Amino acid sequence: MSDDQLNASRRDALKTMFRGAGVLGLGGMAWGGVVDGLKASELALRPPGALAEKSFIKACVRCGSCVEACPYDALNLATVDDHTAIGTPFFVPRETPCYMCTDVPCVPICPSGALDSELLKPSEPTEASERMDINTARMGVAMIDEDACLAFWGIQCDACYRACPLMGKAITLEFRRNDRTGKHALLEPHINRTACTGCGLCEHACVTEKPAVFVLPKELASGKVGNHYIKGWDKRDEKRLHELKEEQKNRSQSAEDYLNDWEDLIDE
Amino acid sequence: MWARNKYIVLRRIVQLLFLALFAAANLWGWKVLMGNYSTALVMETVYLSDPYMVLQTLAAGFLLSADALIGALIILMFYAAIAGRSFCSWVCPLNLVTDLAFRMRKKLSWRKKENIMLLGRNSRYWILVLGLLLSAILGVAAFEMISPIGMMHRGVIFGFGMGWAVVLMVFLFDLFVLENGWCGHLCPLGAFYSGLSRFALIKVKHQAENCSNCNKCFPACHEPQVLDIIGKQSGFIRSGACSSCGRCIEVCEDNALKFSINNYKKHRREL
Repeated sequence: MSDDQLNASRRDALKTMFRGAGVLGLGGMAWGGVVDGLKASELALRPPGALAEKSFIKACVRCGSCVEACPYDALNLATVDDHTAIGTPFFVPRETPCYMCTDVPCVPICPSGALDSELLKPSEPTEASERMDINTARMGVAMIDEDACLAFWGIQCDACYRACPLMGKAITLEFRRNDRTGKHALLEPHINRTACTGCGLCEHACVTEKPAVFVLPKELASGKVGNHYIKGWDKRDEKRLHELKEEQKNRSQSAEDYLNDWEDLIDE
Repeated sequence: MWARNKYIVLRRIVQLLFLALFAAANLWGWKVLMGNYSTALVMETVYLSDPYMVLQTLAAGFLLSADALIGALIILMFYAAIAGRSFCSWVCPLNLVTDLAFRMRKKLSWRKKENIMLLGRNSRYWILVLGLLLSAILGVAAFEMISPIGMMHRGVIFGFGMGWAVVLMVFLFDLFVLENGWCGHLCPLGAFYSGLSRFALIKVKHQAENCSNCNKCFPACHEPQVLDIIGKQSGFIRSGACSSCGRCIEVCEDNALKFSINNYKKHRREL
């Protein structure tokens, strides 16, 4: 083979490699885009004992065991049009809420650890036979749209309150004077976010056309204070202050200096 | 008639049996085979897992439970040491779809070499690696998110939703774009088992002295490149890409092909 031919075949080989890498990159971007889009949705409500959404979609092997275990057929496996990670379990409370089985059959069957019975540990030690306490589940948190809630209009309705498996704890009725009529009481339902399991029985029971009380994933329905606020009245939280390093505690500039520092703001 | 269709009938029975057992677990609570093609619980005792799925999950940054990991090891050993790439043609439910496309293509006698897509038989290995890379980058098992195998399973057991569209895409791609396009060029799971299966125990054996060079086996084969020794020398079809579907054995009228136990000694001498 002459040098020219050798060079030509080498050039061809390089070209082919280059082209292959290009096509692979193209496919990778398309594939990655689809996957990224599918996992971005945070709207699905997961079964009890589910890890945080980000870890959950990593861990779930999409086997459907929890769906099969659910005696109420509340859980579904996501298909392409459900706009969440395909094949992962979720439930829609308005259709079928979580009925909070005390033995939580959907959790121990999970082969991957995506549903973790450790997350359902009883808050207080009870009998040894009860490894899980469904009341510690945090599938989501109920929210009330006060404009659409009949009780806030002054019409008596306590459907959600009565439906709540933690009646009086997760949903409380609070009495307030009805200023419109001047002689009636409003029986307003209020959600206690620390007790709400996100089971969705309230959403299921709500009598309005589109539910005025509805469950959202906790992550989506939560704010965050940030580490720089400390509850001075809470001894455990106050401890964080003492754990801070010295330079974090004492800023070099006092607030007064900082607020009066005009120099940088004025153009020459 | 039986000899001509023995393996295809057996394969359909096995494939449908898997689907039926999965479905029965959901419908009537049978405990024989619960779960799916990624992770299944057999007789309430042993878990079996798809090792490629486990690798993707690891790449995504999650260590699955010991049950799933041991299950993956069992499956890995079974296919690598014994059954070769037989998952693809004996278990995978998508094979029902791609086989149909393959047969229709033959009936319509589309010409074979019209690969307009730059896809070779080795593309799948790159896709396999790409799947692991994307899993690591995106933090979620990338192939499981789009797998038509998973969609087919969930479709049959839990209802398709729009999942049928993805299965239909595979069918149309195989029928109109590229022969054996999904299983032979794209599927990273097929690639995974192909890469593992070279030294499996069960292989198709060729006896060149019986062969009349009729070439009937080539068009029947989904991976015809593995049949390179046909008519030239006796020996085993060793390539991991062979999915042990047995189609070549059925179409052979010269008794030159059969399933046999791999002879490793001879293999070493050939090398």
